[in-house]
Amino acid sequence: MSSNPSTVEQVSEDGTTRRDFLYIATTAMGAVGAAYAAWPFIDQMNPSKDTLALASIEVDIAAVERGQSIKVMWRGKPVFIRNRTDMEIEESKAVDLSDLRDPQTDEERTKPGHEQWLVMVGVCTHLGCVPLGEAGDFGGWFCPCHGSHYDTAGRIRKGPAPLNLEVPDYQFISDDRILVG
Amino acid sequence: MATGSYTPKNKAVRWFNERLPILSLVHGTLGAGYPAPRNLNYFWNFGSLAGLCLVIQIVTGIVLAMHYTPSTLAAFDSVERIMRDVNYGWLIRYIHANGASMFFIVVYIHIFRGLYYGSYKAPREILWMLGVVILLLMMATAFMGYVLPWGQMSFWGATVITNLFSAIPGIGESIVTLLWGGFSVDEPTLKRFFSLHYLLPFVITGVVILHIWALHLPGSNNPLGIDVKGPQDQVPFHPFYTAKDALGVGVFLIFFGLFVFYMPNSLGHPDNYIPADPLVTPPHIVPEWYFLPFYAILRAVPDKLGGVLLMFAAVGLLFFLPWLDTSKVRSAIFRPAYKLFFWLLVVDGVVLGVVGANPPEGSWILIGRLATVYYFVHFLLILPILGKVERTKPLPESIASAVIGNKASARPATAPAE
Repeated sequence: MSSNPSTVEQVSEDGTTRRDFLYIATTAMGAVGAAYAAWPFIDQMNPSKDTLALASIEVDIAAVERGQSIKVMWRGKPVFIRNRTDMEIEESKAVDLSDLRDPQTDEERTKPGHEQWLVMVGVCTHLGCVPLGEAGDFGGWFCPCHGSHYDTAGRIRKGPAPLNLEVPDYQFISDDRILVG
Repeated sequence: MATGSYTPKNKAVRWFNERLPILSLVHGTLGAGYPAPRNLNYFWNFGSLAGLCLVIQIVTGIVLAMHYTPSTLAAFDSVERIMRDVNYGWLIRYIHANGASMFFIVVYIHIFRGLYYGSYKAPREILWMLGVVILLLMMATAFMGYVLPWGQMSFWGATVITNLFSAIPGIGESIVTLLWGGFSVDEPTLKRFFSLHYLLPFVITGVVILHIWALHLPGSNNPLGIDVKGPQDQVPFHPFYTAKDALGVGVFLIFFGLFVFYMPNSLGHPDNYIPADPLVTPPHIVPEWYFLPFYAILRAVPDKLGGVLLMFAAVGLLFFLPWLDTSKVRSAIFRPAYKLFFWLLVVDGVVLGVVGANPPEGSWILIGRLATVYYFVHFLLILPILGKVERTKPLPESIASAVIGNKASARPATAPAE
Protein backbone atom coordinates (compact mmCIF):
# COMPACT_ATOMS: atom_id res chain seq x y z
CA MET A 1 0.00 0.00 0.00
CA SER A 2 2.18 2.70 -1.37
CA SER A 3 0.07 5.52 0.03
CA ASN A 4 0.94 4.54 3.57
CA PRO A 5 4.05 6.61 4.39
CA SER A 6 5.52 3.97 6.69
CA THR A 7 5.70 1.33 3.97
CA VAL A 8 6.78 3.32 0.96
CA GLU A 9 8.37 1.02 -1.60
CA GLN A 10 11.95 1.84 -2.44
CA VAL A 11 12.15 1.16 -6.14
CA SER A 12 15.70 0.76 -7.41
CA GLU A 13 16.93 1.89 -10.81
CA ASP A 14 16.14 -1.35 -12.60
CA GLY A 15 12.59 -1.36 -11.25
CA THR A 16 12.97 -4.04 -8.58
CA THR A 17 11.68 -3.54 -5.07
CA ARG A 18 12.49 -4.89 -1.65
CA ARG A 19 9.32 -6.96 -1.94
CA ASP A 20 10.67 -8.69 -5.07
CA PHE A 21 13.69 -9.71 -3.06
CA LEU A 22 11.50 -11.01 -0.22
CA TYR A 23 9.39 -13.05 -2.65
CA ILE A 24 12.44 -14.70 -4.15
CA ALA A 25 14.14 -15.28 -0.79
CA THR A 26 10.97 -16.77 0.72
CA THR A 27 10.28 -19.01 -2.25
CA ALA A 28 13.89 -20.21 -2.41
CA MET A 29 13.90 -20.93 1.32
CA GLY A 30 10.63 -22.85 1.00
CA ALA A 31 11.95 -24.84 -1.95
CA VAL A 32 15.10 -25.84 -0.06
CA GLY A 33 13.02 -26.82 2.97
CA ALA A 34 10.64 -28.87 0.85
CA ALA A 35 13.52 -30.68 -0.85
CA TYR A 36 15.06 -31.41 2.54
CA ALA A 37 11.76 -32.72 3.89
CA ALA A 38 11.23 -34.86 0.78
CA TRP A 39 14.40 -36.91 1.24
CA PRO A 40 13.19 -39.19 4.11
CA PHE A 41 10.08 -39.97 2.09
CA ILE A 42 12.20 -41.05 -0.87
CA ASP A 43 14.88 -42.86 1.11
CA GLN A 44 12.31 -44.98 2.97
CA MET A 45 11.79 -46.85 -0.31
CA ASN A 46 15.46 -47.93 -0.38
CA PRO A 47 16.34 -51.32 1.19
CA SER A 48 15.81 -51.18 4.94
CA LYS A 49 18.40 -52.18 7.52
CA ASP A 50 16.96 -55.68 8.02
CA THR A 51 17.05 -56.22 4.26
CA LEU A 52 20.67 -55.08 4.06
CA ALA A 53 21.54 -57.32 7.02
CA LEU A 54 20.60 -60.33 4.88
CA ALA A 55 22.65 -59.14 1.93
CA SER A 56 25.42 -61.73 2.30
CA ILE A 57 25.15 -65.49 2.94
CA GLU A 58 27.53 -68.32 3.74
CA VAL A 59 27.16 -71.55 1.77
CA ASP A 60 28.60 -74.99 2.66
CA ILE A 61 29.62 -76.64 -0.63
CA ALA A 62 31.31 -79.76 0.79
CA ALA A 63 28.49 -82.06 -0.33
CA VAL A 64 28.46 -80.91 -3.96
CA GLU A 65 30.22 -83.58 -6.07
CA ARG A 66 31.82 -83.00 -9.46
CA GLY A 67 29.10 -82.55 -12.07
CA GLN A 68 26.51 -81.47 -9.50
CA SER A 69 24.86 -78.09 -8.97
CA ILE A 70 23.01 -76.44 -6.12
CA LYS A 71 20.80 -73.41 -6.08
CA VAL A 72 20.75 -71.04 -3.10
CA MET A 73 18.65 -67.95 -2.39
CA TRP A 74 20.61 -64.69 -2.21
CA ARG A 75 18.99 -61.23 -2.14
CA GLY A 76 15.75 -62.78 -3.32
CA LYS A 77 17.36 -64.37 -6.36
CA PRO A 78 18.76 -67.85 -7.10
CA VAL A 79 22.52 -68.34 -7.14
CA PHE A 80 23.82 -71.31 -9.12
CA ILE A 81 26.84 -73.05 -7.60
CA ARG A 82 28.22 -75.74 -9.91
CA ASN A 83 31.10 -78.10 -9.34
CA ARG A 84 32.12 -78.48 -12.97
CA THR A 85 33.57 -81.59 -14.59
CA ASP A 86 36.99 -81.43 -16.24
CA MET A 87 35.30 -81.77 -19.60
CA GLU A 88 33.14 -78.73 -18.97
CA ILE A 89 36.18 -76.69 -17.94
CA GLU A 90 38.12 -77.75 -21.03
CA GLU A 91 35.16 -76.96 -23.28
CA SER A 92 34.93 -73.53 -21.75
CA LYS A 93 38.65 -72.80 -22.06
CA ALA A 94 38.73 -73.93 -25.69
CA VAL A 95 36.32 -71.23 -26.84
CA ASP A 96 37.79 -68.47 -28.97
CA LEU A 97 37.04 -65.13 -27.28
CA SER A 98 36.15 -63.54 -30.62
CA ASP A 99 33.16 -65.91 -30.81
CA LEU A 100 31.68 -64.41 -27.66
CA ARG A 101 29.12 -61.64 -27.43
CA ASP A 102 30.41 -60.65 -23.97
CA PRO A 103 34.05 -61.76 -24.08
CA GLN A 104 35.36 -63.17 -20.79
CA THR A 105 37.86 -65.94 -20.23
CA ASP A 106 37.04 -68.91 -18.04
CA GLU A 107 39.62 -67.62 -15.51
CA GLU A 108 37.83 -64.32 -15.24
CA ARG A 109 34.65 -66.11 -14.19
CA THR A 110 36.18 -68.34 -11.50
CA LYS A 111 38.53 -67.97 -8.53
CA PRO A 112 42.18 -69.05 -8.87
CA GLY A 113 42.69 -72.48 -7.32
CA HIS A 114 38.98 -73.21 -7.43
CA GLU A 115 38.51 -73.40 -11.21
CA GLN A 116 35.96 -76.19 -11.03
CA TRP A 117 33.56 -73.98 -9.05
CA LEU A 118 31.26 -71.73 -11.00
CA VAL A 119 29.15 -69.30 -8.93
CA MET A 120 26.61 -67.19 -10.80
CA VAL A 121 23.40 -65.30 -10.23
CA GLY A 122 20.83 -67.53 -11.91
CA VAL A 123 18.94 -64.73 -13.60
CA CYS A 124 18.91 -64.47 -17.38
CA THR A 125 20.41 -61.16 -18.46
CA HIS A 126 17.66 -60.76 -21.04
CA LEU A 127 14.50 -60.20 -18.97
CA GLY A 128 15.09 -61.85 -15.64
CA CYS A 129 13.85 -65.47 -15.95
CA VAL A 130 15.71 -68.35 -14.28
CA PRO A 131 17.59 -70.48 -16.88
CA LEU A 132 17.54 -74.29 -16.78
CA GLY A 133 20.78 -76.11 -15.94
CA GLU A 134 22.65 -78.64 -18.14
CA ALA A 135 20.58 -77.61 -21.12
CA GLY A 136 20.88 -75.69 -24.36
CA ASP A 137 23.15 -76.02 -27.37
CA PHE A 138 26.36 -75.45 -25.40
CA GLY A 139 25.93 -77.84 -22.48
CA GLY A 140 25.47 -75.03 -20.00
CA TRP A 141 22.22 -73.21 -19.28
CA PHE A 142 19.16 -72.48 -21.36
CA CYS A 143 16.55 -69.87 -20.64
CA PRO A 144 13.08 -71.15 -21.56
CA CYS A 145 11.50 -67.70 -21.71
CA HIS A 146 13.12 -66.38 -24.89
CA GLY A 147 15.69 -69.02 -25.80
CA SER A 148 19.05 -67.73 -24.59
CA HIS A 149 21.86 -70.36 -24.57
CA TYR A 150 24.73 -70.11 -22.08
CA ASP A 151 27.88 -72.27 -22.15
CA THR A 152 29.61 -74.21 -19.37
CA ALA A 153 31.07 -70.98 -17.98
CA GLY A 154 27.69 -69.26 -18.04
CA ARG A 155 28.61 -67.09 -21.03
CA ILE A 156 25.95 -66.03 -23.50
CA ARG A 157 26.36 -67.85 -26.80
CA LYS A 158 23.05 -67.62 -28.61
CA GLY A 159 19.68 -65.91 -28.17
CA PRO A 160 18.55 -62.44 -27.15
CA ALA A 161 20.42 -62.02 -23.83
CA PRO A 162 23.13 -59.33 -24.08
CA LEU A 163 25.49 -60.39 -21.26
CA ASN A 164 26.95 -63.42 -19.52
CA LEU A 165 25.26 -64.65 -16.36
CA GLU A 166 26.44 -62.35 -13.57
CA VAL A 167 29.17 -63.58 -11.25
CA PRO A 168 28.42 -62.07 -7.83
CA ASP A 169 31.02 -60.91 -5.32
CA TYR A 170 32.02 -64.02 -3.40
CA GLN A 171 35.04 -65.52 -1.73
CA PHE A 172 36.20 -68.89 -0.44
CA ILE A 173 36.32 -68.76 3.36
CA SER A 174 37.76 -72.29 3.29
CA ASP A 175 37.90 -75.03 0.63
CA ASP A 176 34.30 -76.04 1.26
CA ARG A 177 32.64 -72.79 2.40
CA ILE A 178 31.94 -69.69 0.34
CA LEU A 179 30.61 -66.26 1.31
CA VAL A 180 28.33 -64.71 -1.29
CA GLY A 181 27.87 -60.94 -1.19
CA MET B 1 -15.02 -20.91 -5.81
CA ALA B 2 -15.48 -18.38 -8.53
CA THR B 3 -13.09 -18.85 -11.41
CA GLY B 4 -12.75 -15.09 -11.80
CA SER B 5 -11.33 -13.29 -14.81
CA TYR B 6 -7.77 -14.50 -14.44
CA THR B 7 -5.60 -14.35 -17.56
CA PRO B 8 -2.11 -15.85 -17.38
CA LYS B 9 0.62 -13.80 -19.03
CA ASN B 10 2.46 -16.74 -20.59
CA LYS B 11 0.90 -17.74 -23.91
CA ALA B 12 1.24 -21.51 -23.41
CA VAL B 13 -0.15 -21.28 -19.88
CA ARG B 14 -3.06 -19.20 -21.18
CA TRP B 15 -3.74 -21.81 -23.87
CA PHE B 16 -3.88 -24.48 -21.17
CA ASN B 17 -5.96 -22.40 -18.77
CA GLU B 18 -8.58 -21.68 -21.44
CA ARG B 19 -9.07 -25.43 -21.85
CA LEU B 20 -8.82 -26.37 -18.18
CA PRO B 21 -9.24 -23.26 -15.99
CA ILE B 22 -7.53 -24.84 -12.99
CA LEU B 23 -5.21 -21.85 -12.57
CA SER B 24 -8.24 -19.56 -12.52
CA LEU B 25 -9.69 -21.80 -9.83
CA VAL B 26 -6.57 -21.51 -7.68
CA HIS B 27 -6.42 -17.78 -8.36
CA GLY B 28 -10.00 -17.36 -7.19
CA THR B 29 -9.68 -19.71 -4.21
CA LEU B 30 -6.28 -19.01 -2.70
CA GLY B 31 -4.86 -16.30 -4.90
CA ALA B 32 -5.25 -12.62 -5.61
CA GLY B 33 -8.75 -13.25 -6.96
CA TYR B 34 -10.20 -14.03 -3.53
CA PRO B 35 -10.84 -10.87 -1.53
CA ALA B 36 -10.68 -11.47 2.23
CA PRO B 37 -11.55 -9.12 5.09
CA ARG B 38 -8.58 -6.91 5.84
CA ASN B 39 -8.73 -7.43 9.61
CA LEU B 40 -8.23 -11.20 9.97
CA ASN B 41 -6.05 -12.02 12.98
CA TYR B 42 -3.78 -14.99 13.59
CA PHE B 43 -6.70 -17.18 14.70
CA TRP B 44 -7.62 -17.29 11.01
CA ASN B 45 -4.39 -19.20 10.31
CA PHE B 46 -5.79 -22.42 11.72
CA GLY B 47 -7.93 -23.28 8.70
CA SER B 48 -4.94 -23.48 6.39
CA LEU B 49 -2.93 -25.20 9.15
CA ALA B 50 -5.65 -27.87 9.42
CA GLY B 51 -5.36 -28.39 5.67
CA LEU B 52 -1.60 -28.74 6.05
CA CYS B 53 -2.09 -31.31 8.82
CA LEU B 54 -4.39 -33.35 6.58
CA VAL B 55 -1.77 -33.35 3.82
CA ILE B 56 1.00 -34.34 6.26
CA GLN B 57 -1.13 -37.20 7.65
CA ILE B 58 -1.98 -38.50 4.19
CA VAL B 59 1.61 -38.32 2.91
CA THR B 60 3.15 -39.97 5.99
CA GLY B 61 0.27 -42.45 6.19
CA ILE B 62 0.71 -43.64 2.60
CA VAL B 63 4.39 -44.25 3.38
CA LEU B 64 3.62 -46.13 6.59
CA ALA B 65 1.12 -48.33 4.74
CA MET B 66 4.00 -49.40 2.46
CA HIS B 67 5.69 -51.04 5.45
CA TYR B 68 2.80 -51.95 7.78
CA THR B 69 1.19 -55.41 7.94
CA PRO B 70 -2.48 -55.48 9.00
CA SER B 71 -2.46 -58.81 10.81
CA THR B 72 -2.73 -59.60 14.51
CA LEU B 73 0.42 -61.71 14.27
CA ALA B 74 2.57 -59.21 12.41
CA ALA B 75 1.16 -55.72 13.06
CA PHE B 76 3.12 -54.95 16.23
CA ASP B 77 6.36 -56.30 14.80
CA SER B 78 5.90 -54.48 11.52
CA VAL B 79 5.53 -51.20 13.43
CA GLU B 80 8.72 -51.95 15.38
CA ARG B 81 10.44 -52.75 12.10
CA ILE B 82 9.37 -49.34 10.79
CA MET B 83 10.92 -47.79 13.91
CA ARG B 84 14.19 -49.70 13.72
CA ASP B 85 14.93 -50.85 10.18
CA VAL B 86 13.09 -48.79 7.59
CA ASN B 87 15.12 -45.76 6.48
CA TYR B 88 13.75 -42.74 8.38
CA GLY B 89 10.84 -44.93 9.46
CA TRP B 90 11.11 -43.59 13.01
CA LEU B 91 10.78 -40.04 11.67
CA ILE B 92 7.83 -40.78 9.44
CA ARG B 93 5.97 -42.70 12.14
CA TYR B 94 6.62 -40.05 14.78
CA ILE B 95 5.40 -37.37 12.36
CA HIS B 96 2.24 -39.41 11.75
CA ALA B 97 1.56 -40.21 15.42
CA ASN B 98 2.24 -36.68 16.66
CA GLY B 99 0.63 -35.28 13.54
CA ALA B 100 -2.70 -36.67 14.71
CA SER B 101 -2.36 -34.69 17.94
CA MET B 102 -1.25 -31.59 16.04
CA PHE B 103 -4.27 -31.96 13.75
CA PHE B 104 -6.61 -32.01 16.76
CA ILE B 105 -4.86 -29.06 18.45
CA VAL B 106 -5.25 -27.04 15.26
CA VAL B 107 -8.84 -28.12 14.68
CA TYR B 108 -9.91 -27.45 18.28
CA ILE B 109 -8.46 -23.93 18.08
CA HIS B 110 -10.18 -23.54 14.69
CA ILE B 111 -13.50 -24.59 16.28
CA PHE B 112 -13.13 -22.31 19.30
CA ARG B 113 -12.20 -19.48 16.93
CA GLY B 114 -15.53 -20.11 15.23
CA LEU B 115 -17.33 -20.14 18.58
CA TYR B 116 -15.70 -16.90 19.76
CA TYR B 117 -16.30 -14.89 16.60
CA GLY B 118 -19.70 -16.42 15.77
CA SER B 119 -18.51 -17.92 12.49
CA TYR B 120 -21.32 -20.51 12.61
CA LYS B 121 -24.09 -17.93 12.21
CA ALA B 122 -26.02 -17.06 9.05
CA PRO B 123 -25.06 -17.26 6.28
CA ARG B 124 -22.36 -19.79 7.28
CA GLU B 125 -24.49 -22.56 8.86
CA ILE B 126 -23.70 -25.20 6.22
CA LEU B 127 -20.03 -24.27 6.37
CA TRP B 128 -20.12 -24.90 10.13
CA MET B 129 -22.06 -28.18 9.82
CA LEU B 130 -19.59 -29.48 7.24
CA GLY B 131 -16.91 -28.67 9.79
CA VAL B 132 -18.69 -30.82 12.38
CA VAL B 133 -18.85 -33.64 9.82
CA ILE B 134 -15.08 -33.30 9.33
CA LEU B 135 -14.58 -33.44 13.12
CA LEU B 136 -16.59 -36.67 13.35
CA LEU B 137 -14.67 -38.22 10.44
CA MET B 138 -11.40 -37.17 12.08
CA MET B 139 -12.42 -38.82 15.32
CA ALA B 140 -13.28 -42.08 13.57
CA THR B 141 -10.04 -41.98 11.57
CA ALA B 142 -7.88 -41.21 14.61
CA PHE B 143 -9.51 -43.96 16.65
CA MET B 144 -9.00 -46.60 13.97
CA GLY B 145 -5.45 -45.44 13.38
CA TYR B 146 -4.65 -45.86 17.05
CA VAL B 147 -5.74 -49.51 16.85
CA LEU B 148 -3.31 -50.39 14.05
CA PRO B 149 -0.04 -50.73 16.06
CA TRP B 150 -1.83 -53.52 17.96
CA GLY B 151 -0.43 -52.64 21.36
CA GLN B 152 -2.31 -53.02 24.62
CA MET B 153 -3.96 -49.59 24.35
CA SER B 154 -4.85 -50.26 20.72
CA PHE B 155 -6.56 -53.50 21.59
CA TRP B 156 -8.39 -52.36 24.69
CA GLY B 157 -9.28 -48.99 23.24
CA ALA B 158 -10.85 -50.80 20.31
CA THR B 159 -12.66 -53.16 22.67
CA VAL B 160 -14.09 -50.35 24.81
CA ILE B 161 -15.10 -48.06 21.95
CA THR B 162 -16.76 -50.78 19.88
CA ASN B 163 -18.57 -51.98 23.01
CA LEU B 164 -20.21 -48.55 23.19
CA PHE B 165 -22.58 -49.78 20.54
CA SER B 166 -23.69 -52.67 22.72
CA ALA B 167 -25.57 -50.04 24.75
CA ILE B 168 -28.15 -49.78 21.97
CA PRO B 169 -31.19 -51.70 23.25
CA GLY B 170 -32.12 -54.93 21.48
CA ILE B 171 -29.77 -54.87 18.49
CA GLY B 172 -26.66 -53.59 20.29
CA GLU B 173 -24.91 -56.95 20.66
CA SER B 174 -25.52 -57.85 17.01
CA ILE B 175 -24.10 -54.51 15.90
CA VAL B 176 -20.94 -55.06 17.94
CA THR B 177 -20.50 -58.56 16.49
CA LEU B 178 -20.91 -57.02 13.05
CA LEU B 179 -18.27 -54.36 13.79
CA TRP B 180 -15.85 -56.97 15.07
CA GLY B 181 -16.45 -59.61 12.42
CA GLY B 182 -16.23 -62.14 15.25
CA PHE B 183 -16.82 -62.54 18.94
CA SER B 184 -14.07 -60.17 20.04
CA VAL B 185 -11.69 -57.59 18.59
CA ASP B 186 -9.52 -59.77 16.37
CA GLU B 187 -8.03 -60.28 12.92
CA PRO B 188 -11.11 -59.17 10.92
CA THR B 189 -11.48 -56.07 13.09
CA LEU B 190 -7.87 -55.04 12.52
CA LYS B 191 -8.11 -55.57 8.77
CA ARG B 192 -11.29 -53.53 8.35
CA PHE B 193 -9.93 -50.77 10.58
CA PHE B 194 -6.81 -50.59 8.40
CA SER B 195 -8.89 -50.40 5.24
CA LEU B 196 -11.14 -47.68 6.65
CA HIS B 197 -8.26 -45.78 8.22
CA TYR B 198 -6.78 -45.53 4.73
CA LEU B 199 -10.09 -44.57 3.14
CA LEU B 200 -11.48 -41.95 5.53
CA PRO B 201 -8.78 -39.28 5.04
CA PHE B 202 -9.80 -39.09 1.40
CA VAL B 203 -13.44 -38.75 2.45
CA ILE B 204 -12.28 -35.95 4.77
CA THR B 205 -10.50 -34.34 1.81
CA GLY B 206 -13.78 -34.41 -0.11
CA VAL B 207 -15.69 -32.77 2.73
CA VAL B 208 -12.88 -30.22 3.12
CA ILE B 209 -13.41 -29.22 -0.51
CA LEU B 210 -17.13 -28.74 0.22
CA HIS B 211 -16.15 -26.80 3.38
CA ILE B 212 -13.97 -24.43 1.33
CA TRP B 213 -16.65 -24.13 -1.32
CA ALA B 214 -19.21 -23.18 1.32
CA LEU B 215 -16.68 -20.69 2.74
CA HIS B 216 -16.12 -18.89 -0.53
CA LEU B 217 -19.75 -18.01 -1.18
CA PRO B 218 -20.14 -15.67 1.84
CA GLY B 219 -16.36 -15.24 2.29
CA SER B 220 -14.46 -15.43 5.56
CA ASN B 221 -15.95 -14.13 8.77
CA ASN B 222 -13.71 -11.65 10.61
CA PRO B 223 -12.90 -10.63 14.20
CA LEU B 224 -15.54 -7.89 14.14
CA GLY B 225 -18.17 -10.31 12.88
CA ILE B 226 -19.72 -7.68 10.61
CA ASP B 227 -20.33 -8.09 6.89
CA VAL B 228 -17.92 -6.78 4.30
CA LYS B 229 -19.47 -3.61 2.86
CA GLY B 230 -17.16 -3.00 -0.07
CA PRO B 231 -13.65 -3.26 -1.47
CA GLN B 232 -12.29 -0.87 1.15
CA ASP B 233 -12.93 -3.61 3.74
CA GLN B 234 -10.92 -6.24 1.87
CA VAL B 235 -7.45 -7.19 0.73
CA PRO B 236 -6.63 -9.88 -1.84
CA PHE B 237 -5.87 -13.26 -0.29
CA HIS B 238 -2.56 -13.32 -2.14
CA PRO B 239 -0.12 -11.93 -1.13
CA PHE B 240 -1.59 -10.71 2.16
CA TYR B 241 -2.94 -13.91 3.68
CA THR B 242 -0.66 -16.32 1.84
CA ALA B 243 2.21 -14.47 3.54
CA LYS B 244 0.43 -14.43 6.89
CA ASP B 245 -0.40 -18.14 6.56
CA ALA B 246 3.19 -18.93 5.59
CA LEU B 247 4.45 -17.30 8.78
CA GLY B 248 1.92 -19.36 10.75
CA VAL B 249 3.09 -22.52 9.00
CA GLY B 250 6.67 -21.75 10.03
CA VAL B 251 5.76 -21.26 13.69
CA PHE B 252 3.51 -24.33 13.65
CA LEU B 253 6.23 -26.54 12.13
CA ILE B 254 8.66 -25.47 14.89
CA PHE B 255 6.07 -26.45 17.51
CA PHE B 256 5.40 -29.73 15.66
CA GLY B 257 9.14 -30.39 15.39
CA LEU B 258 9.62 -29.97 19.14
CA PHE B 259 7.32 -32.93 19.69
CA VAL B 260 8.61 -35.07 16.83
CA PHE B 261 12.30 -34.65 17.67
CA TYR B 262 12.41 -34.01 21.43
CA MET B 263 9.38 -35.67 23.02
CA PRO B 264 7.84 -37.96 20.42
CA ASN B 265 6.12 -40.22 22.95
CA SER B 266 4.91 -37.54 25.36
CA LEU B 267 1.39 -37.52 23.92
CA GLY B 268 1.11 -41.30 23.66
CA HIS B 269 0.69 -43.99 26.27
CA PRO B 270 3.63 -46.28 27.18
CA ASP B 271 1.31 -49.31 27.43
CA ASN B 272 0.93 -49.23 23.67
CA TYR B 273 4.52 -50.49 23.40
CA ILE B 274 3.30 -53.76 24.94
CA PRO B 275 1.90 -56.15 22.32
CA ALA B 276 -1.88 -56.64 22.49
CA ASP B 277 -2.93 -59.33 24.94
CA PRO B 278 -6.64 -60.30 24.92
CA LEU B 279 -6.24 -61.90 28.37
CA VAL B 280 -4.93 -58.90 30.32
CA THR B 281 -6.51 -55.45 30.47
CA PRO B 282 -4.14 -52.63 31.49
CA PRO B 283 -5.13 -51.27 34.92
CA HIS B 284 -5.87 -47.79 33.63
CA ILE B 285 -7.24 -47.33 30.15
CA VAL B 286 -7.29 -43.82 28.75
CA PRO B 287 -7.92 -42.67 25.20
CA GLU B 288 -5.64 -40.23 23.42
CA TRP B 289 -5.76 -36.74 24.93
CA TYR B 290 -8.04 -35.34 22.22
CA PHE B 291 -10.84 -37.71 23.24
CA LEU B 292 -10.54 -37.15 27.00
CA PRO B 293 -13.37 -34.58 27.36
CA PHE B 294 -15.78 -36.90 25.57
CA TYR B 295 -14.52 -39.85 27.58
CA ALA B 296 -15.26 -37.87 30.77
CA ILE B 297 -18.82 -37.25 29.58
CA LEU B 298 -19.24 -40.97 28.86
CA ARG B 299 -18.16 -41.89 32.38
CA ALA B 300 -20.13 -39.10 34.06
CA VAL B 301 -23.39 -40.93 33.52
CA PRO B 302 -24.01 -43.97 35.75
CA ASP B 303 -26.13 -45.56 33.01
CA LYS B 304 -24.55 -47.42 30.07
CA LEU B 305 -26.93 -46.23 27.36
CA GLY B 306 -27.21 -42.75 28.88
CA GLY B 307 -23.45 -42.24 28.90
CA VAL B 308 -23.09 -43.32 25.28
CA LEU B 309 -25.98 -41.12 24.15
CA LEU B 310 -24.65 -38.10 26.02
CA MET B 311 -21.17 -38.56 24.58
CA PHE B 312 -22.45 -38.62 21.01
CA ALA B 313 -24.84 -35.77 21.82
CA ALA B 314 -21.88 -33.64 22.94
CA VAL B 315 -20.65 -33.57 19.34
CA GLY B 316 -24.06 -33.89 17.66
CA LEU B 317 -25.21 -30.78 19.52
CA LEU B 318 -22.79 -28.70 17.45
CA PHE B 319 -24.92 -29.35 14.34
CA PHE B 320 -27.70 -27.29 15.94
CA LEU B 321 -25.48 -24.51 17.27
CA PRO B 322 -26.39 -22.00 14.52
CA TRP B 323 -29.99 -22.13 15.78
CA LEU B 324 -29.28 -22.56 19.48
CA ASP B 325 -27.43 -19.25 19.56
CA THR B 326 -30.19 -16.71 19.06
CA SER B 327 -28.01 -13.60 19.10
CA LYS B 328 -27.80 -11.65 15.85
CA VAL B 329 -24.37 -10.28 16.78
CA ARG B 330 -21.57 -12.60 15.70
CA SER B 331 -18.36 -11.57 17.40
CA ALA B 332 -17.81 -11.95 21.15
CA ILE B 333 -16.03 -8.59 21.03
CA PHE B 334 -19.46 -6.94 21.11
CA ARG B 335 -21.07 -9.51 23.45
CA PRO B 336 -19.59 -8.98 26.93
CA ALA B 337 -21.72 -11.64 28.62
CA TYR B 338 -21.16 -14.20 25.87
CA LYS B 339 -17.43 -13.56 26.08
CA LEU B 340 -17.54 -14.60 29.75
CA PHE B 341 -19.53 -17.74 28.99
CA PHE B 342 -17.21 -18.56 26.10
CA TRP B 343 -14.23 -18.65 28.43
CA LEU B 344 -16.23 -20.66 30.96
CA LEU B 345 -16.87 -23.21 28.20
CA VAL B 346 -13.13 -23.32 27.43
CA VAL B 347 -12.40 -23.94 31.12
CA ASP B 348 -15.19 -26.54 31.22
CA GLY B 349 -13.60 -28.35 28.25
CA VAL B 350 -10.21 -28.38 29.98
CA VAL B 351 -11.78 -29.63 33.23
CA LEU B 352 -13.53 -32.42 31.33
CA GLY B 353 -10.20 -33.32 29.75
CA VAL B 354 -8.49 -33.55 33.15
CA VAL B 355 -11.37 -35.61 34.54
CA GLY B 356 -11.14 -37.94 31.55
CA ALA B 357 -7.44 -38.50 32.22
CA ASN B 358 -8.03 -39.43 35.87
CA PRO B 359 -9.54 -42.64 37.25
CA PRO B 360 -13.30 -42.47 37.86
CA GLU B 361 -13.17 -42.39 41.63
CA GLY B 362 -13.48 -39.95 44.54
CA SER B 363 -14.18 -36.32 43.74
CA TRP B 364 -13.36 -36.80 40.04
CA ILE B 365 -16.81 -38.36 39.62
CA LEU B 366 -18.59 -35.30 41.03
CA ILE B 367 -16.39 -32.84 39.10
CA GLY B 368 -16.97 -34.82 35.91
CA ARG B 369 -20.74 -34.74 36.40
CA LEU B 370 -20.84 -31.01 37.11
CA ALA B 371 -18.65 -30.23 34.10
CA THR B 372 -20.80 -32.46 31.90
CA VAL B 373 -23.99 -30.76 33.03
CA TYR B 374 -22.42 -27.35 32.44
CA TYR B 375 -21.38 -28.32 28.91
CA PHE B 376 -24.96 -29.03 27.96
CA VAL B 377 -26.32 -26.08 29.93
CA HIS B 378 -24.05 -23.80 27.93
CA PHE B 379 -25.44 -24.89 24.59
CA LEU B 380 -29.04 -25.71 25.52
CA LEU B 381 -29.88 -23.01 28.06
CA ILE B 382 -27.35 -20.19 28.17
CA LEU B 383 -26.95 -19.61 24.42
CA PRO B 384 -30.69 -19.49 23.53
CA ILE B 385 -31.53 -17.21 26.46
CA LEU B 386 -28.45 -15.01 26.26
CA GLY B 387 -29.19 -13.99 22.69
CA LYS B 388 -32.51 -12.56 23.81
CA VAL B 389 -31.45 -10.77 26.99
CA GLU B 390 -27.86 -9.69 26.37
CA ARG B 391 -27.09 -5.98 25.85
CA THR B 392 -24.55 -5.98 23.05
CA LYS B 393 -22.12 -3.18 22.32
CA PRO B 394 -22.68 -1.01 19.23
CA LEU B 395 -21.24 -2.51 16.06
CA PRO B 396 -18.79 -0.45 14.00
CA GLU B 397 -19.99 1.03 10.75
CA SER B 398 -17.59 -0.98 8.63
CA ILE B 399 -14.42 -3.04 8.89
CA ALA B 400 -12.34 -0.28 7.34
CA SER B 401 -13.65 2.41 9.67
CA ALA B 402 -13.01 0.21 12.72
CA VAL B 403 -9.55 -0.89 11.65
CA ILE B 404 -7.96 2.20 10.15
CA GLY B 405 -10.37 4.99 11.07
CA ASN B 406 -12.74 6.98 8.93
CA LYS B 407 -10.05 8.59 6.81
CA ALA B 408 -9.44 5.23 5.17
CA SER B 409 -12.92 4.63 3.87
CA ALA B 410 -12.33 7.17 1.16
CA ARG B 411 -9.74 5.15 -0.73
CA PRO B 412 -9.89 1.55 -1.93
CA ALA B 413 -7.63 -0.91 -0.18
CA THR B 414 -7.69 -3.50 -2.90
CA ALA B 415 -5.14 -1.79 -5.06
CA PRO B 416 -3.05 -4.53 -6.62
CA ALA B 417 -0.04 -5.51 -4.60
CA GLU B 418 3.12 -3.84 -5.74
